[in-house]
Amino acid sequence: MDITIHTASLPHDDPDASLAFYRDVLGFEVRSDVGQGRMRWITVGPAGQSGTSILLTPPGADPGVTEDERRMITEMMAKGTYGWILLATPDVDATFEKVQAGDTEVVQEPTEQPYGIRDCAFRDPAGNLVRIQELR
Amino acid sequence: MCKPEWRRARIQAQRLADLARLRRVRDRIDREYAQPLDVEALARDVDVSAGHLSRQFRAAYGESPYAYLMTRRIERATALLRRGDVSVTEVCFAVGCASLGTFTTRFTELVGMPPGAFRRQAAQAAADAAGAARDAGSAIKVEGMPACVAKQVSRPVRNREAPAAARPLR
Repeated sequence: MDITIHTASLPHDDPDASLAFYRDVLGFEVRSDVGQGRMRWITVGPAGQSGTSILLTPPGADPGVTEDERRMITEMMAKGTYGWILLATPDVDATFEKVQAGDTEVVQEPTEQPYGIRDCAFRDPAGNLVRIQELR
Repeated sequence: MCKPEWRRARIQAQRLADLARLRRVRDRIDREYAQPLDVEALARDVDVSAGHLSRQFRAAYGESPYAYLMTRRIERATALLRRGDVSVTEVCFAVGCASLGTFTTRFTELVGMPPGAFRRQAAQAAADAAGAARDAGSAIKVEGMPACVAKQVSRPVRNREAPAAARPLR
């Protein structure tokens, strides 16, 4: 078998704000942008790594999601307990400085963890936790 | 004039804004746990009373902001104590606790043994691990997990304190 991890999805609640974060703050390229209004599907990913993408999606867009469930999802996003992703970079401290300068909500400054890694964490505009760890 | 659905939408928008504000308070605790934070300061920062913040936070996250802050501190304390080169008192102040008594009490409740005993046991486990026995003293294997998952798995369990008889440490 030859399987790659191609796309992971994260919800947005304000497509333009999420797009600005992933494109302008993290420096990702925009690979596609379809839909309109709040119903937009935006594919982003790091330049030079076309095989791996993040799809920014409207939350609970599946028609099988009930109104109550959709409300629950948006509430969990707001309180920060819904989506998360783990990214990696060779220099966490330099990356942290750049992302922090982009007026991003910081959850954790670069920290040496007891399990042998160094990482930091931010919130994206939709409340998803974006953790960035150092490649070693 | 004002349609009921507009009213509902307004209430829901307010609820989401309140939850986002609670998220910022919780993130601030995660970020600044080592500072002399207290609930009054956290509440002042978001322009609500300490009582109101505590009630809202508990309703959203199932525990008070003070409990969340102390668990965060104890979690970090276990990491520092495992290093073995810092004393319990140093760790207590390093994680933002002003009182060694409060620190020791909460640590014991959450971890199941006092910080001094934890430090000795961690040192023993490290010595064992350095010997033949790999992973000695570790009930939870975190190798190979994404580190942030390892952190969640190995953090003190919120709202479920250790049983009175000390459970074996991971």
